[in-house]
Amino acid sequence: MIPTIYFLILSAVLFVMGTVGFLIKKDLITQFMCVEVMLNAANIAFVAFAASTSSFDGQIIVFFIITVAAAEAAVGLAIILLVYKQKKTIKSEDSSLMKG
Amino acid sequence: MREIFWLIPFVPALSTLILAVFGEKLPKKYISFQACGAVFISFLISVYSFIGLLKISPEQYPVVKNLFSWIHSGNFQANLSFQLDPLSAVMAMVVTAVGFLIHVYSIGYMAEDRSYSRFFTLMNLFTFSMLLLVMASNIVLMFVGWEGVGFCSYMLIGFWFEKHSAANAGKKAFIVNRIGDAGFLLGILFIIVYIGSTEFVTINNAVAGGSLSSGLITLIAILLFVGATGKSAQIPLYVWLPDAMEGPTPVSALIHAATMVTAGVYMVARMNVFYTMSETAGFIVAIIGAITAVYAGTMALTQNDIKRVLAYSTISQIGYMFIGCGVGAYAAGIFHLYTHAFFKSLLFLAAGSVMHALSGELDMRKMGGLKKYMPYTYPTFLIGAIAIAGVPFLSGFFSKDAILTAAFAKGQYVVWALGILGAVLTAFYMFRLIFMTFHGKERINPEVKKHIHESPPVMTIPLSILAFFSVIAGYIGLPVVLGKNVNWFNNFLKPLMHPVHEAHLRLGTEWLLILISVVMALSGIFIAYWFYLKKPDVPHKLVSRFPFLYKLLYNKYYVDEAYDKIFVKPAIKGSELVYRKFDLNVIDGAVNGTASGTGFFGKVLSYFQTGLIKDYTLIFLLGAVILLGLLIF
Repeated sequence: MIPTIYFLILSAVLFVMGTVGFLIKKDLITQFMCVEVMLNAANIAFVAFAASTSSFDGQIIVFFIITVAAAEAAVGLAIILLVYKQKKTIKSEDSSLMKG
Repeated sequence: MREIFWLIPFVPALSTLILAVFGEKLPKKYISFQACGAVFISFLISVYSFIGLLKISPEQYPVVKNLFSWIHSGNFQANLSFQLDPLSAVMAMVVTAVGFLIHVYSIGYMAEDRSYSRFFTLMNLFTFSMLLLVMASNIVLMFVGWEGVGFCSYMLIGFWFEKHSAANAGKKAFIVNRIGDAGFLLGILFIIVYIGSTEFVTINNAVAGGSLSSGLITLIAILLFVGATGKSAQIPLYVWLPDAMEGPTPVSALIHAATMVTAGVYMVARMNVFYTMSETAGFIVAIIGAITAVYAGTMALTQNDIKRVLAYSTISQIGYMFIGCGVGAYAAGIFHLYTHAFFKSLLFLAAGSVMHALSGELDMRKMGGLKKYMPYTYPTFLIGAIAIAGVPFLSGFFSKDAILTAAFAKGQYVVWALGILGAVLTAFYMFRLIFMTFHGKERINPEVKKHIHESPPVMTIPLSILAFFSVIAGYIGLPVVLGKNVNWFNNFLKPLMHPVHEAHLRLGTEWLLILISVVMALSGIFIAYWFYLKKPDVPHKLVSRFPFLYKLLYNKYYVDEAYDKIFVKPAIKGSELVYRKFDLNVIDGAVNGTASGTGFFGKVLSYFQTGLIKDYTLIFLLGAVILLGLLIF
């Protein structure tokens, strides 16, 4: 059996990639994909723990996360579409109405 | 005896409540019926209680009726309780009897007024407060009544508040009274702290038993007297009473002549043990009373406003009552209070009748020769004037004489001499008023003269009843020269008073004193007759001879102006300064500072609010890392 630590390293690498990608990319779609990558990094960590402790808790949480991610994708893409309709751009720097 | 005397204050209270709530909707006839009826019922209960009091022996005084415990906090206790003893019985009867007659008179006097129900509501409220004051069995409840009458006085002086001077006079009365009340309240607090009880019986026993040091007794006595000078318009706090004449005349008669202004005398008599135990305090009371009696008398000499003359006369007569209390003759002081209530309210009501006839004219220079137009008012006014002047066989003579004799017997010759001087002045200014108003040439405005008329019976009948009492009221307190035990009034009140060493004069001296005061009173009347009827040019000559003196008296010694300069103006200036420096800077500064401080912090924090989602994420990430670090390490 593959040791759990490998899965965790993979998960951490994916998560950091997602985070960094989210921070440095300017495109809303790419950023959105980065968020998905982070979610899936978390999923990997959950299933890895579930397998090593042979309990179902982790797997249940993964199902929840997949469901939420699907819903989020629908809402998120709709928002991005509307932002594009309004501003004719999907660069995240251009949406800064909440600037204090 | 059935203890129903506690109902005496509550009948007018109930009437007040009904009038206050429904007064505007009730017909005038019903309002007058209820207001007068309530006071009359109180009067009947007072008489009934008084008769009951005569039946029990003096050892059982006072009868206390405790309704319920009102304040109970630690050692301090005050009950809603009433007491009946000779002093409160006499006061309750005077208040309700005179009050009833004045209520009836008001029906005629106020008939045309817009705020008819407000007037009677306040009059009933006043009667309630005054009865609370005189019947309370503890000093805290008495203070409630004391403030209650002050409030009603304020409301009724400013009854015609559309008139600027009336509103101001009300304010002045209220503020000057507050100064006196501060002293009174301090006295009460001292009593509570050092005696620990508020009940009059306990206070009396404690002080008489010697549980207080003499210095403390003097201090408390003087503080209480400060309150009395405010309420009873004595030097130096008398200034509000002449201005109080802005109120309707029945108010002047009831509040500012017969009842409320004598509350101070009642209070001193109630706390007589303090003034007997402390020679100093007693002397201060007597000398203040004597000086006020003369001082106010001199100011009455030059006034031309008919009500103001009577106001100064009231101040002067209350001075006499304080002479009585100060020299230990409390019964004589209360006796004068009782006779004064009749003849002074009579004089005020008669003056009101004159005003009524002359369409509100107050200036005596525009009167004269009214005798033939007012066949009822003139004789009653004359009886009142004779009674107050101290002419023998009328009530004022007996009471004034009792006070002056007591002062002489106590060896206070200065006080006695001032009292005699005051008696001359009283006789003079009262008859000056009579001669200027009812005799001599008519100086009436022709426009006014067309409407001149005698007042309706609802006004003249109370006048006649008061005149009747002004004549006979004195016969319950005959001077000692007529026999050993003829002064029934004195004997009736005696059980209440802390025993005083009574100095007895020889019979010859007593007769001589009476003779002197009678001669003085008659000479005062004669001088007035000479000045104002025989030789009307004499007063003018005197004025041109002593212009300075005349101006001084005419302007009331410039006391109002001096108070204005010394107290009122600096107070206003000071408040303005405080407003500018403290209110605007410190208080407003604190409020504005809070607002601008919040704004400043908001501005600083808003720099972090870039509106860029990445920056938020970065901060969020940093926070998550820090939290994680804290969890791990």
